[in-house]
Order: sequence, then structure tokens, then C-alpha cells
Amino acid sequence: MTNLIEIRNVTHAYRTEEGPLPVLDGLELAVPENGFCAVVGPSGCGKSTLTRLIAGLMFPDQGEVWLHGERVSSPRKTVGMAFQNPVLLEWRTIMDNITLPLEIVAPRMSRHARRERAEALLALVGLEGFGDKRPSELSGGMRQRASLCRSLVHKPEVLILDEPFGALDAFTREDLWQTMHQLRAEESFTTVLITHDLRESVYLGDQVVVLSGRPARTQYVMQIEDPVPRPIDMLYSAASVEKLATLRHQIQIAQGRAPAEEAAQ
Amino acid sequence: MKVHPRKILAPLAGLLIVGLFWEWLVWYNQWPTYVMAAPSDVGPRFLDFYELFAVYSWQTLWRTVAGLMIAIVVGTLFGMLMGLSRILNDALYPLLVGFNAVPKATVVPIMALLFVGQHDFNTIMIAFMISFFPISVSVAIGLSTLEPEYRDILRSLGASRFTIFWKIALPKTLPEFFGALKVAVTLAFIGTNLMEIVEPHGRGLGHLFQSGRINSDYPLMFAVLIALALLGIALYYVVVMLERIFAGWAVRNPT
Ligand SMILES: Nc1ncnc2c1ncn2[C@@H]1O[C@H](COP(=O)(O)OP(=O)(O)OP(=O)(O)O)[C@@H](O)[C@H]1O
Ligand SMILES: [Mg+2]
Repeated sequence: MTNLIEIRNVTHAYRTEEGPLPVLDGLELAVPENGFCAVVGPSGCGKSTLTRLIAGLMFPDQGEVWLHGERVSSPRKTVGMAFQNPVLLEWRTIMDNITLPLEIVAPRMSRHARRERAEALLALVGLEGFGDKRPSELSGGMRQRASLCRSLVHKPEVLILDEPFGALDAFTREDLWQTMHQLRAEESFTTVLITHDLRESVYLGDQVVVLSGRPARTQYVMQIEDPVPRPIDMLYSAASVEKLATLRHQIQIAQGRAPAEEAAQ
Repeated sequence: MKVHPRKILAPLAGLLIVGLFWEWLVWYNQWPTYVMAAPSDVGPRFLDFYELFAVYSWQTLWRTVAGLMIAIVVGTLFGMLMGLSRILNDALYPLLVGFNAVPKATVVPIMALLFVGQHDFNTIMIAFMISFFPISVSVAIGLSTLEPEYRDILRSLGASRFTIFWKIALPKTLPEFFGALKVAVTLAFIGTNLMEIVEPHGRGLGHLFQSGRINSDYPLMFAVLIALALLGIALYYVVVMLERIFAGWAVRNPT
């Protein structure tokens, strides 16, 4: 099987005033087409840096980033991004916010076709009829849904999600997880999701990658075989509980706490 | 645009009350006009000199607006340079602050000597110099506080710097820009009048004020002050109207 995203032995350091700050160290990652890769790791370990490398916003010191059989050497129009902060533009309606990527990627596309595409996505995420509203008229969860629509409107091959549900309350977050599964069923894209929530990673991912503390290496990879879309009950199955325990342990190792705690017991 | 009658009646009532109080104050203290002219002394001056008022108001107005326009262009340009580049910000900011700190009353005679006889040019330059600082600072702040996520989303799609500026950065600074423009309007107005008063054989309301002083026509001086106030109010509300049109989204949804 070919991988749509392949990160091979990527090492990167930021140049700071105090000298180079290594953030990625020989990182490996492979996501098959239409796959969903959830990435977890200690705070500040280099997860956002990883997303910027995949999006072609910056380039690694060493190693290679491949998308769809091509080496990434510039930003590509086939990437969609969503962040913890939905960053919707207040002077545009929700509709015009969502169609913004099309203005850049497909300037010749008719206004009507753009709207139609956006309407379809709005309906998919449960925001039917909210196209004419302003961002400030929407709740946090609704804004995040709109932000997801914007990231998918131009049918990107790769969807990069950097903690998009991190700032939401637990109930809204679970709603959005389900929305995410619906989107996967209707649209075709390959996802890299950065998250701090292990339940989220297990519920959404086909693959959960645990990164070590800074500089980040690929420390552990777990396959989640359950078919998608998944019922939320899936999280309470014995198998999932066990996976969560394994991941929690891996995170503790990544944080450099696990061996010490084991010794204490 | 629908205007509630209260929006017009309330300020008119305010004006009337202040006018009556002013009249009463002068009458009560038996002040002669060279101490303080009452509205009843000032009013007739408008009628006596209405042609001069019309011509001079126009001169003051267009020169102020011309100075403002230049201030907007140059101020926005400086703001863009400072907002988009750290190095330029560090290089230009102290210069601008220093430039702004020089009292313009001291620059006026220098300008008047530098370009003797160029009344229009001098006046416009002072209006410009006095008003461009707040504009450039506001644009710079608006641009430098742009959330990096906006830039990443557009840049990952291959958008050029110009596209990002045009579609996001510029509209995002509009509320700050108009906030600064409201300050700049009043400042430009002060600049114009300073120059008009100082320059010999000048024009504009400042000149009319000056001739009132030379001829000891105190009510005329007060009349000029009132005309200036009216012009200032008019200009200010033009900016408010533009703000409603171009940055209404920020006024409507304060967050
Ligand atoms: N542009 C930059 N210049 C210098 N250092 C940076 C830059 N961006 C990030 N860093 C540093 O690199 C490290 C990794 O940053 P990154 O944002 O990738 O971490 P992260 O895993 O996304 O963190 P978080 O979990 O808090 O989102 C951090 O220590 C950060 O301070
Ligand atoms: Mg991050």
C-alpha cells in the first residue's frame, strides 16, 4: 500500500537567540491514503512544528517529507488546516469564511458553485442555514465546525488538525468527534490530528503515534483496527480501555516520568 | 440608514441649553465683548460676513482634507512597513515618536519660512505632519497583532504575501485605522488653523480669526471659533460614517 504522507527521518532545529533548539529528531511517520493519524506527545515537544512541515510552510534541516509521491518543497494547494483557534474573519459571513480557500485555490470557480460546495459541507457538520451569520453569532463549537468546513472546502488531499477540539467542553467535543467520522464517511482526505486527548486519539485514529519529549522522535505507534465510523461506546470496550492504558503509559515515558514512578511502586 | 429622531433632537437640545447658558453668563456678569462675546453678538457676525465665512471655510476644509489624505497614504505606508517588518519597526519607531513629540507650533513658522508664499502647500503639509502619526501607529499595531493561524491557512494554499495582506491583514486593521482617523481628523484641523493664523496674507478661517484680532472685532473671533467647531464636527462625523460603511462589522459586534 502506498502512503499518502511519508515523513522520513526528519530532524529540525529552530534557530533562537540562545542557539539552535532541536525540536524534531529522526522522526518517522507514514499515513496511508484516507488514513487518520492521531499524534500525541508532551506539551512543547514539536507537534505543531510537524504540521508546519507537512503543510510545506517550512522545511526540515534533514530528512524528507513526501506527500502523494512528491517531495514537499513549497506550500501546496492540496492541504487544509484547522487549529484550536478557529480564526474566522468577523467581517465575512460564515459562508464567505468557508469559501475563502476557494478564492485562492480556484479563483475561476463560479460564486454559485462555491456556495453550493460550502452549503453541502455546512449541512454535513450540522450548520445548515447558518451561512449568513457572523462568526460572533455562533457558539464555540459551531465556530469550530465552520472552521472544519473551511479546511475541507477545496477538497484537500491532506487535512491537518492542530488540537481543533482542545478548547471545547467535553460534550461539544464528543459531538465534534462524531462529526469528524461523518466527514470521513462523505469526503475523502488523509488526516493528521494533533491532540492532547488520548480518548480522542483512540476514537478517531486508525493509527496513534506517540512522540517523545523534545526533540520529538516517533516513540510508539499503535494501530486501531475498529471499523469507522465508530460508535462512541467503542471507547468503553475492554480493548479500548487497554489501549488507553498503554498510551497513557507511553505518554508518561515520553514525559520522562514513567520509569521513576515504577521504581517508587 | 435609519436615524432615530432622538439622535438629532438630543444634540440640538444640548446646543440650545449651552447657548442660553452662555448668553446668560455674559449678561449676568455684564462682560464687554472684548472679555467675552455673547451668542447674540456673535450671530450677526455670521450674517455680516457670510460670504467670507463660506469662502474661508471651504479653504480651511479642503486643505485639511488634502493634508489628511496625504497622512492616510503616508501613515498607512509607514504602518505597513513597521507592521510587516520587525527591523523597520525598530528603525522607524523612535524616529516617528521624536517627530511627533516636536510641538507643531514650533514647526509652523519654520515651514512658513521654508516655503514662503506657498500658502496651500504649507498648510497642507502641517495638517499632514500633525495627523499621520496616530494613523501609522494604529496600522502597525493592527498588522503586527495578526494571529499567525490566518497566515498559515492562506500560505499553505499558496497565497502570496499580497493576497494575505489584502484579504486579511488590511480589513483586520480597519477598526484600529478608523479609531486613529477620528483622532487624526481633529489634529489635522488644528494643524491647518495654526498655519493659517501664522502666515501673513493667509487664507482660511484661521486668517479670518487673525483679522478679527487685528481689528479688535471680538465677536468675529468668537464667530470663527464656532465655525471651526462646526467644521470639526462635520469632518468627524464623515469619518464615523465611513467607519460604519467599511468597518461596521466591528462596531456591530464588539467582542
Ligand atoms: N518559530 C519558532 N522559533 C523558535 N522556537 C520555536 C518556534 N516555534 C516553536 N518553537 C519552540 O519549539 C518547540 C516546539 O514547538 P511546537 O509548537 O512545535 O510544540 P507543540 O508540540 O505544538 O506544543 P503544544 O503542545 O504546546 O502545542 C517549543 O519549545 C517552542 O517554544
Ligand atoms: Mg502546538
